[in-house]
Amino acid sequence: MSRILKDPRLLLLIAIVAAVITGLGADQMNLYYRGVIIDIGIAIILAVSLNLINGHTGQFSLGHAGFMSVGAYVAAMITLAAQKSMGAEVLAWMFLPALLVGGLVAALAGLLVGIPSLRLRGDYLAIVTLGFGEIIRVIFQNVEAAGGASGLSGIPRMTGLTWTFILAAIAVYVVGCLVNSTYGRGFIAVHDDEVAASSMGLNPTRYKVTAFVIGAFFAGIAGGLFAHHKTTINPQVFDFMKSFEVVVMVILGGMGRTGGVILAAIILTLAPEFLRAVAEYRMIIYALLIIFLMIARPQGLFHFGRKRKPLTH
Amino acid sequence: MNEISQQLVNGLALGSVYALIAIGYTMVYGVLRFINFAHGDVFMLGSFAGFYLAPQIAKWFPLPSWGGWVAVMAATMIICAIIGIVIELLAYRPLRNRPKLTVLITAIGVSLLIQYTCQHQAFFGASQKAFPPLLPSGNFSLGGLSFNTTQFVVLGVTLVLLAALTFIVKKTRIGMAMRAVSHNSAAASLMGISNSFIISFTFGLGSALAGAGGILYGMTYTGIEPLMGVSVGLKAFVAAVLGGIGNLPGAALGGLLLGIVETYAGGMSGVSTYRDGIAFAILILILIFKPTGLLGSKQIEKV
Repeated sequence: MSRILKDPRLLLLIAIVAAVITGLGADQMNLYYRGVIIDIGIAIILAVSLNLINGHTGQFSLGHAGFMSVGAYVAAMITLAAQKSMGAEVLAWMFLPALLVGGLVAALAGLLVGIPSLRLRGDYLAIVTLGFGEIIRVIFQNVEAAGGASGLSGIPRMTGLTWTFILAAIAVYVVGCLVNSTYGRGFIAVHDDEVAASSMGLNPTRYKVTAFVIGAFFAGIAGGLFAHHKTTINPQVFDFMKSFEVVVMVILGGMGRTGGVILAAIILTLAPEFLRAVAEYRMIIYALLIIFLMIARPQGLFHFGRKRKPLTH
Repeated sequence: MNEISQQLVNGLALGSVYALIAIGYTMVYGVLRFINFAHGDVFMLGSFAGFYLAPQIAKWFPLPSWGGWVAVMAATMIICAIIGIVIELLAYRPLRNRPKLTVLITAIGVSLLIQYTCQHQAFFGASQKAFPPLLPSGNFSLGGLSFNTTQFVVLGVTLVLLAALTFIVKKTRIGMAMRAVSHNSAAASLMGISNSFIISFTFGLGSALAGAGGILYGMTYTGIEPLMGVSVGLKAFVAAVLGGIGNLPGAALGGLLLGIVETYAGGMSGVSTYRDGIAFAILILILIFKPTGLLGSKQIEKV
């Protein structure tokens, strides 16, 4: 029994079936709860995809919101154009292709960031990705077709529970299988020791770029879902704070721990809803949490079991 | 012609502020090999220290005046030095010898903690505040360029502080110790240099310069708010990388260059709306084509 449950394909199937079943009941659901649950699904996709870059591969990207915004804008522009030219009945069929194109363009952006990043490490990479996110924001602010500073509005509300969670399940599946495959062990090797990995014949550059491209692809998908969930987007939504929220999820869950990261995504999405009373302290609490975690529990809050030996270089 | 040279004066004033902050990044990078993300926020705290100190100091010195200005500058620099030392003591010291990424994440945490605490109603509040005038205003010209007092003072103070810093680093015992720690901290500690003391001193010195930068920024642009440290800090970091991180003259040069480029770009039609992206574009280009910066020397990575 336990072996069957460990088969990732079966788990994916179960997750998709569960997503479809809950999707059927979504119409009866309170709109507020449904919105929060979709938020959770999007957060899971973001956190799991960033986990591939920051956790498994040991890079440090602060530009996840940038990739997300690329996906969000591209997908929203496609559906808005489709809505105008083709009408409502065709629109439903455009949603998935639009998400996919958004994800692919975001992946292309990931490639663009990934290639210079191969010369950089650690803190430099963090700053470059941060800067890249800012550049994307400045570009969207100035592009007329993307609505400039006021952004896009009137995006059709098409993100439902079913698609959100099917895509979340696929993201978890792809990242999980990738990392646990023979090829994917390379990500962890690059994380543990880049020099040793390359002396074993692995190409760290390729792994880093692959991580960036796949991570950016799913961030773009999450962005597309986000745009069709909130129906309005503007460049300010995808600022550094958005990237940082995802980074907090990954750190809290324990970098490279898929289960912990998903749990952290759920908790950090729910927490502001429950803690409305202290909403103004939210960012202060996040910041304190990060400092405390780094000093006392760098392996993450939800990571039990064997400790990884800390790297000292 | 006149407009172009006038933009140069504006660019130098902005660049001076970048230079003062960039030096803090570079010095901390020199001794600890990490980017102190919270440095931009120390700069912001410097501005606000000046904002809140000015009315207090005005009780003894009438403001705006030269004496009062010197008092505000000195007090702010001392406060910022203490803040820098305390940040290092509480947040970074427990993480000595941990992976660099851990320290980096902590630094981001400290930066956000300062920003959001200061934004809260109980502290400065999120709204923009008007920096009080500290110096009597006036205009004068020098070699065909016209300066106002503030621009002249900003440039002058930056040059004086840079000279003082160079003296400290090159000619004093503690400066020699700083260079030793930066070169090889393990060997330095074997020679009887207290690493912890030198690191504290470096943070204090860098933060004092950031505080001075905060006052000069407030005098030049008059509007200050709790999040201003983010973009100015990041651009100052870009300046440090541009000049070659770990290199003091490089940081000053990078700051001035970046200030001038940004000011000219801001004056050009068509480019001006992209002004905030320019620094990052420069950063990416320099990291791709000359990662050691303009004045930096190549470092060989040891395994």
